[in-house]
Amino acid sequence: MGLKNYISDIYNGVKSLITGMKVTGHYFTHPGEIVTQQYPENRDTLKMFERFRGEVVLIHDENNMHKCTGCSACELACPNGSIEIISGKEIDPETGKSTKIIDTFVYHLSMCTFCNLCILSCPTDAIKMAQGFEHSVFDRSKLTKVLNKPGSKIMPGIK
Amino acid sequence: MTEQELITNIETAPETQEYFINMGPQHPSTHGVLRLLLTLDGEIIKKVEPHLGYIHRSIEKMCEKDSYQQIVHLTDRMDYLSCHMNNEAVCLCVENGLQLEIPERVKVIRTIISELTRLSSHQLWWGVMGMDLGAITTFLYGFRDRELITDIFEETCGARLTMNYNVPGGVMFDIHPNFQKRTKDFITYFRKKLPEYDELLTGNVIFTERTKDIGYLSKEDAISYGVTGPSGRASGFACDVRKRFPYSAYDRVEFKEIIYTEGDCFARYKARIDEMWESMKIIEQLIDNIPEGEHKAKTKAVIKLPEGEYYQRVETARGELGVYIVSDNKKSPYRVKFRSPGFSNLSALDTMARGNKIADLVATMSTLDLVIPDIDR
Repeated sequence: MGLKNYISDIYNGVKSLITGMKVTGHYFTHPGEIVTQQYPENRDTLKMFERFRGEVVLIHDENNMHKCTGCSACELACPNGSIEIISGKEIDPETGKSTKIIDTFVYHLSMCTFCNLCILSCPTDAIKMAQGFEHSVFDRSKLTKVLNKPGSKIMPGIK
Repeated sequence: MTEQELITNIETAPETQEYFINMGPQHPSTHGVLRLLLTLDGEIIKKVEPHLGYIHRSIEKMCEKDSYQQIVHLTDRMDYLSCHMNNEAVCLCVENGLQLEIPERVKVIRTIISELTRLSSHQLWWGVMGMDLGAITTFLYGFRDRELITDIFEETCGARLTMNYNVPGGVMFDIHPNFQKRTKDFITYFRKKLPEYDELLTGNVIFTERTKDIGYLSKEDAISYGVTGPSGRASGFACDVRKRFPYSAYDRVEFKEIIYTEGDCFARYKARIDEMWESMKIIEQLIDNIPEGEHKAKTKAVIKLPEGEYYQRVETARGELGVYIVSDNKKSPYRVKFRSPGFSNLSALDTMARGNKIADLVATMSTLDLVIPDIDR
């Protein structure tokens, strides 16, 4: 009885190992089913999904115009303080009225958790999440970005 | 050496003595920064004492300064493998407090994505479990299938791991047009691939030897320690929140509560594998019947919960997550407490590991499916 058990144990053990090896052997002989992506090499063809949240950008059109009014709703919505809006004043030469505009839109990428709350809070849809994900830099200070491009202006009609 | 000499040798040999070993905080099989202080007698474990605090980020305290919308993204960072369920728990709690009517569409979307999250969590667990016991292959296979789910998340939710897809009142965006097709494709694919998991690991003689009758947890202990989730159900403790206290769309789907009575590592393993089948069943029932409607109920920009206490529990991939909010009618909560499944599950580790060999501790911990940021918060 003991010997019979012993032999059947060995038989079942070896059989279970072979069952597992059959799976790995199948993939070894069918290289077409391998799904690995060669990442840095496929950079040109790699396309991220449209909703992927990589970084916050301020949308500029071809005339270097953006839609940000400097209302700082995004600054308030941000849980980590990664957005800082420094606003300035612009005086209309015709009417003499002063309006609030953004001076600098500071974005601390190093503090951002990509929660998308700033995008949802923006009343004018001035900011969006871009798909870039290669954020590594050699110096931490480079992760603090100014999002409004130099010389950019607010689009007319946005309030 | 004669027999007599041998006996005197043993008798005069120096006495064995208990000693201590630190396992972690930088140990690959603790899956994070968990430190276990082991008291050993030779190779036999006498006592396991977990030391926490290495990844404490004071999430509960941070919640006290954040608005209710902002709290949600913090829960992503607790149990990152079941982030959607964590988000859902907070949102359900806030919605309960507001007495908000949630669109049917939201409930179904939340349930589908919860189950996908559970699947991806179990796939990762399966891969890591094999790796802990010395089989690198399983890790790669688990990640291969998980990648398809992260693709679904990336397309619909916008992120692969910390999705933050829930907002109080609904979900952040409507589902992507490809969502249903991708999910159905995945289910057909994974129904073919899941038997491979059994072939690779479940029947394997080395694996069964290392998991059967190891790390026994009795039903009584499971209840008294509050071990929930697949780990608790493997000991015979029927604790599935989805079944007992249905939330979202779980009341309208049919699925089996997986219960094993063995209480050993193999039972916990089997419970999770079976749960993957059940999750697929739930998704299949819902994916074609997503009701039309809004993806978000209207909420005020500043949410203020009426004064009082609110509690909501959900079933995450690890067990029961409870969210307890005390509100004093301000825009941020007065106190938030998370009852995380990992913490309670870990507390039973001592009972399970005592008397076993040190190598079995790795198997025991692995079947508990510990996520350390969940334990520490």
